[in-house]
Amino acid sequence: MYYILYIVTGLAILVSLIANREKTFRATKIAVRRLVNILPAFLIMLVLVSIVLFLVPDTVISDYLGSNNKWGGVLFASVIGSIILMPGFIVFPLCGILLKKGILYMVLSAFTTTLMMVGVLTYPVEKEYLGIKVTIIRNVISFLIAIIIAVVTGIFFGEIF
Amino acid sequence: MKWNNVIKIIFISCYIIFLIISVIFGFNPGEEIGENFVSFALYMLKILPCVFILIGLFEVWVKRETIEKHFGQESGIRGYLWAVLLAGTTVGGLYVAFPVAYSLYTKGARLSVIFTYIGASALCRIPMTIFEASFMGIKFTMIRLLVSLPLIIVASILLENYLTHRNYKMMGGESV
Repeated sequence: MYYILYIVTGLAILVSLIANREKTFRATKIAVRRLVNILPAFLIMLVLVSIVLFLVPDTVISDYLGSNNKWGGVLFASVIGSIILMPGFIVFPLCGILLKKGILYMVLSAFTTTLMMVGVLTYPVEKEYLGIKVTIIRNVISFLIAIIIAVVTGIFFGEIF
Repeated sequence: MKWNNVIKIIFISCYIIFLIISVIFGFNPGEEIGENFVSFALYMLKILPCVFILIGLFEVWVKRETIEKHFGQESGIRGYLWAVLLAGTTVGGLYVAFPVAYSLYTKGARLSVIFTYIGASALCRIPMTIFEASFMGIKFTMIRLLVSLPLIIVASILLENYLTHRNYKMMGGESV
């Protein structure tokens, strides 16, 4: 699935090696050092993800997204989207199914946008780069942006009026 | 910081012990959590090494002046354009965008461009966008892109203004 990434990386290393061996070794050293430094944060994130995904399985999400009123749905979708973490190749097929079940576009918009932009579980990684304060600010702003996108989506799909 | 590390080590040890016990005694929830962990870890292992090698090559080969010119204080509107295009090619998700953003930062990119890159790489990755449109329809995806990009850029500029008065510095994930 990620073969383009592998091809690009492989070619980049090859070209770099031909151009300058010493620089390439320096690049590898930088790569290893940075990866090792952030690895503990990634480990914590993985542990949290594995637990939360167990506590909130797909079936629960599908059940609640279609709940009673639309604003409740949007709010629930954005909160759950902020908390969990899912790769795109799982999210969109799931949303495609939910769409066919009659769940509103604006609810799915809130869900997918917060899923991608707001990261409660990526917090351990994010704070190592941005610092605690900016991580919180960025996530709050992203949450608001997601709500705005959901509302506009609702307007354009005629789900609000 | 040290105290913090002790807590983390205890937390992870408990987690590992819990998983081992679950596997031995066939405790279902524990096994499920273990499976989640392994599948997510594998997913990231497929991406992260490549990403960090590309970051290493970027650090060695790309000149500071180039980044300052196209992503820095004088880049103007082009800086945001580059940030969005670069974000379009990003793989994975936010957790990949942060180390890349840090690299841009060390090479002299301005903060608003960096935050635009982070926001855009969450929402505007090209492969993901195509995938999304195929399940949700083009209208849904276009609304999302056209509404989100201006908001991301405006929010990034405001955030930069706020932070430059406060002597903000990004970190390289080395405070651990």
